[in-house]
Amino acid sequence: MSPVDGPGIVNPDLPVDIAVTEGRVPDRSPQEVPELHEVGCPDELRERIEGLMAKYPDRKSASIPALWAVQRLYGWCTPEGIRQAAAVMRVTPAYLESVASFYDLLHTDPVGTHKVAVCTNISCWMRGGDELLDAFRAAAADDPDFFVTGFECLGACDIAPMASIDERYFGPLEPGEAATAIEQLRAGADVLPEKALEKQPLPGGPDGV
Amino acid sequence: MLLRNAEDPALRTLAGYRGYGGYATLEKAYREMEADEVLKELEDSGLRGRGGAGFSMGKKASFLPRGEMQKYLCCNADESEPGAFKDRELMQRNPHQLIEGIAIAALAADAGHAFIFIRGEYDSQADILDAAVAEAYEAGYLGEDILGSRRDLELVVHRGAGAYICGEETALLDALEGKRGNPRLKPPFPAVQGLYGGPTLINNVETLSNVPHIVARGAEWFRGFGTEQSPGTKVVSVSGCVRRPGNYEVELGVPTRELIMDLAGGPAEGHEVKAFYPGGSSSPVLTAEEGLDLPYSFEAMAEAGSMLGSGSIIVADDSVSIPHMALRTARFYHHESCGKCTPCREGTNWTVKMLERVVRGEATPMDLDIVASVQENIIGNCLCVLGDSMAMPVGAMVRKFRDEFEAVITAAQAITQPEAVPA
Repeated sequence: MSPVDGPGIVNPDLPVDIAVTEGRVPDRSPQEVPELHEVGCPDELRERIEGLMAKYPDRKSASIPALWAVQRLYGWCTPEGIRQAAAVMRVTPAYLESVASFYDLLHTDPVGTHKVAVCTNISCWMRGGDELLDAFRAAAADDPDFFVTGFECLGACDIAPMASIDERYFGPLEPGEAATAIEQLRAGADVLPEKALEKQPLPGGPDGV
Repeated sequence: MLLRNAEDPALRTLAGYRGYGGYATLEKAYREMEADEVLKELEDSGLRGRGGAGFSMGKKASFLPRGEMQKYLCCNADESEPGAFKDRELMQRNPHQLIEGIAIAALAADAGHAFIFIRGEYDSQADILDAAVAEAYEAGYLGEDILGSRRDLELVVHRGAGAYICGEETALLDALEGKRGNPRLKPPFPAVQGLYGGPTLINNVETLSNVPHIVARGAEWFRGFGTEQSPGTKVVSVSGCVRRPGNYEVELGVPTRELIMDLAGGPAEGHEVKAFYPGGSSSPVLTAEEGLDLPYSFEAMAEAGSMLGSGSIIVADDSVSIPHMALRTARFYHHESCGKCTPCREGTNWTVKMLERVVRGEATPMDLDIVASVQENIIGNCLCVLGDSMAMPVGAMVRKFRDEFEAVITAAQAITQPEAVPA
């Protein structure tokens, strides 16, 4: 069989799929629904996804929550994890891959354990969001444990400039606090406790109504 | 009204919420009211959707067909409009107010299944909602045969995964069905054919949070606040170049100046307001002269050629470069365009490229005409308004601040292109 051997490639006229040549594709075509017994899905993940599917009138609605479950377990949406979820959901891995690749928070490539998303949208940009992102990038440098990225509006312009650190919001942040936060993450300590969103008071406004 | 008692952390719990009289309206509605009565109250209140479009909430609910069929209610909590953070505050501080609103709206719409679609970034708010929903089930306010009314309501908190487009209501439905969040062709509108093909009512968090108050005290009472065409109060997110950014709940129709200068404290010492987005980053910017003295209402903003949108004011003072702000805005929509419709996919891409040329000094004033014409060719030509949401503010910035764009081009040219060396 050509151009690439594998049970899923049936049309020799198709161009070579780079994903196949790079070895990123498992030994079975992503166009088929994998069998549960061949994917080695941990019971915990299977039960979690089955529970999610039961919440919806249509099991496919559990796609995004199932991918979240895969990402929480493996750190990112690994091809193996996607196959496991697909086997439980009885959908093709290609389908889940197409969903995962659409959304910014689902990672189809490996990322660091600690995720730092710095908002660089309008309100944060006006108050130094770009400088804050630079500071986080410098502080994390090449440490593979960290995934630092600029992000679109996170919905917390009241604490601009801000960042989402391991899915919790912090702000307003000075560029100097980036290094502190990274050190605290390395040490497993509480991150910038005084800058946590929950600590921020309501700004007020007339309460006459 | 919506933010009352919000500084009390106990409000998050069922006991705390009930301590302030919470769920009394749900009890009244499920025990004593017919669905039509609730719907009529909502229609009469004139409550306009707080998510962006400002469409009458009661009217939207009345579009759902009657009869025995599975109907759905979706709460749009995907708040991703740059500048908006009011829904986050409402969910974080008062989740039961929203749940009560959803349950009452579901009664009016005869929906048996409801979803809260919350953006994935709001992880801690989703946790808060999960806990509150569990409490509400426990207390019998959700689930089967609510308070002996023989009505059922299932409520699921569904987390998105990071895509602005999912705030568009048909993209939200696709995402909820487990697909990529691409908008659908309309009609059919969701009220007729929405989630899983069934009639679906989709409302914003703040809209639904208003529902218990309206049903508790009546449409007339609600109409006592705000203006004739914009009744009620509004939680306004004010951010950008102001001293006290935050959410402020005001009656609709208050002077915009009061919101920006008094409540939010205005720009820092020595600076002045240059322009502002009155309703999130999709609304055409207004200059200080145009906008500060307008009443903050749906109709006044529309008359001024902009919109109230989600009620999120972003203030730019005289230190902000408008061309850079236009680029920053365009980049957002370029990143978030789902790619389904050509005018939006290509238009956002080329607008970013052209604005980058402007700030690099590689553009000519003629390019500004091209930027403007690209915007005109996006508006109204796509399945949803994401492209329009870039075209309107960018178009307005180029039109109103053309001098500044030309000055930026000239200044950048002077730096990047030293005088030609004679051969």
